[in-house]
Amino acid sequence: MPDMIAAFFERLNEVHGLNFSVFYDAFDRSRFLTGLWTTTYICIVSILASLAIGLLGVWIAGGGSRLGRLLIRSYVQFFRNTPPLVQLSFFYFAVGGLLPTGSDGFGGQAPLVSGTGWAIIAFSLFAGAFNVEIFRAGIEAVPETMVEAAESLGYTRFQLWREIVLPLAFRICLPALNNNLVNLVKTTTLAYAIGVPELLYAASQIWSEVFNVREMMNVLLVTYVLLVAVLVWVMHRWERAMRIPGYMP
Amino acid sequence: MADKDIARHRLGEPVVVVEGVEKAFGAFVVLRDVNLTVRRGETVCIIGPSGSGKSTLLRCINALVPISKGSITVAGRQVNDPGLDKLALRRDVGIVFQQYNLFPHKTALQNVMMAPIHVLKQKRAEVEERSVRLLAKVGLSHKHDAYPGELSGGQQQRVAIARSLAMNPKVMLFDEVTAALDPETKKEVLVTIRDLATEGMTCILVTHEMGFAREVADHVYFTDGGLIVEPPPPAEFFGAPREARTRAFLEQVL
Repeated sequence: MPDMIAAFFERLNEVHGLNFSVFYDAFDRSRFLTGLWTTTYICIVSILASLAIGLLGVWIAGGGSRLGRLLIRSYVQFFRNTPPLVQLSFFYFAVGGLLPTGSDGFGGQAPLVSGTGWAIIAFSLFAGAFNVEIFRAGIEAVPETMVEAAESLGYTRFQLWREIVLPLAFRICLPALNNNLVNLVKTTTLAYAIGVPELLYAASQIWSEVFNVREMMNVLLVTYVLLVAVLVWVMHRWERAMRIPGYMP
Repeated sequence: MADKDIARHRLGEPVVVVEGVEKAFGAFVVLRDVNLTVRRGETVCIIGPSGSGKSTLLRCINALVPISKGSITVAGRQVNDPGLDKLALRRDVGIVFQQYNLFPHKTALQNVMMAPIHVLKQKRAEVEERSVRLLAKVGLSHKHDAYPGELSGGQQQRVAIARSLAMNPKVMLFDEVTAALDPETKKEVLVTIRDLATEGMTCILVTHEMGFAREVADHVYFTDGGLIVEPPPPAEFFGAPREARTRAFLEQVL
């Protein structure tokens, strides 16, 4: 079967001049798959980290400490009001340049945090800032009566959050969260700018060598459509699994 | 009649003592010089027009709302003490709300089991056994696995009562618990509360159910302008109210 696909695309190139080299050329395919994996990896880690940041941020923002609230507000403002590409460059060039370098094991110098590492850090903070706001909106939409009921049963703030507020807030803010995470997947292409070998970078390498820009653009778009479709499918499964009989949030 | 009442009330020690309580939201005074003593095993009903501070008083008793002046003591604990352990107080005070306030993402049985497991750290098996019994007591043995959204108002309210009872409170507060129910489901909830009162649970009810108050209460208080103006025995309260304001209110509703 893979042979048939390869043969088909090879013939497509010979007869019609449509060069989808990633489907028949082993080297291009491997570069493309590495890019796909890097993108997937950045997405998964950034999504998880941004969720954690969102939760932590909204916990601190709703807490008693004024300093904490101020800190979270500044963080959200900063990352929401600046372009992600600028943030990424700031981390990679400004912050990364200040950090000490370590040995790369071959007598050379290696940065402490790789480009991929900075991409993950920047995207997590970027999406995390939005997640703080999304969670806050969800938490505010949990009826005050739920809080009152739990408090009058003797729940502490942490128990109240873990058992009642968050499970309900999650269900309320899932659609908005969906949107933000889909955006995050698409934002990962910016890592191209700092030379992270993600999907867009791999594609551009291929088209600059093989001169098949038009074909690779199509492959790239379809790949992102599928990537986001997988994420949306997972989120929908989650939404369905959390549906409560007889309850509409 | 009066002598008999006094004799009965000597039996229990005071569980809730409200003395000279004032509560203001900004310039708006909701409660003014409220005094109320509820002894162990007593059932007290508070009636009065909307906005007269009945619900606020209940929320003051379990420290959901802080008071502006005066003092409240619950089971020997000073509620208005700034160093009050609110969680400990609330473990002793059960409250049932007008809108049931069940946790919608948990089944009926889970709703009853949650607080003893999370707050009292009791063993799950033990709690489950007790919760099953409590649901049976409120007549909902067949609804263990139903979510609140799948239950009728009356059923939800009975689950809410069971949820409060699971904490083994020293006093139960009922905040217009039948106000959102139709006459039929109202009755099933009132029967549940009456059974509780008969078993000796200390209950404070804010209610518009005059017939129920007359039948079940040891004392009926009337509030208006925040002031509890009349605390005689129920028969006297409904038969020959002392205060003109009470008479006027009762003429409207009875």
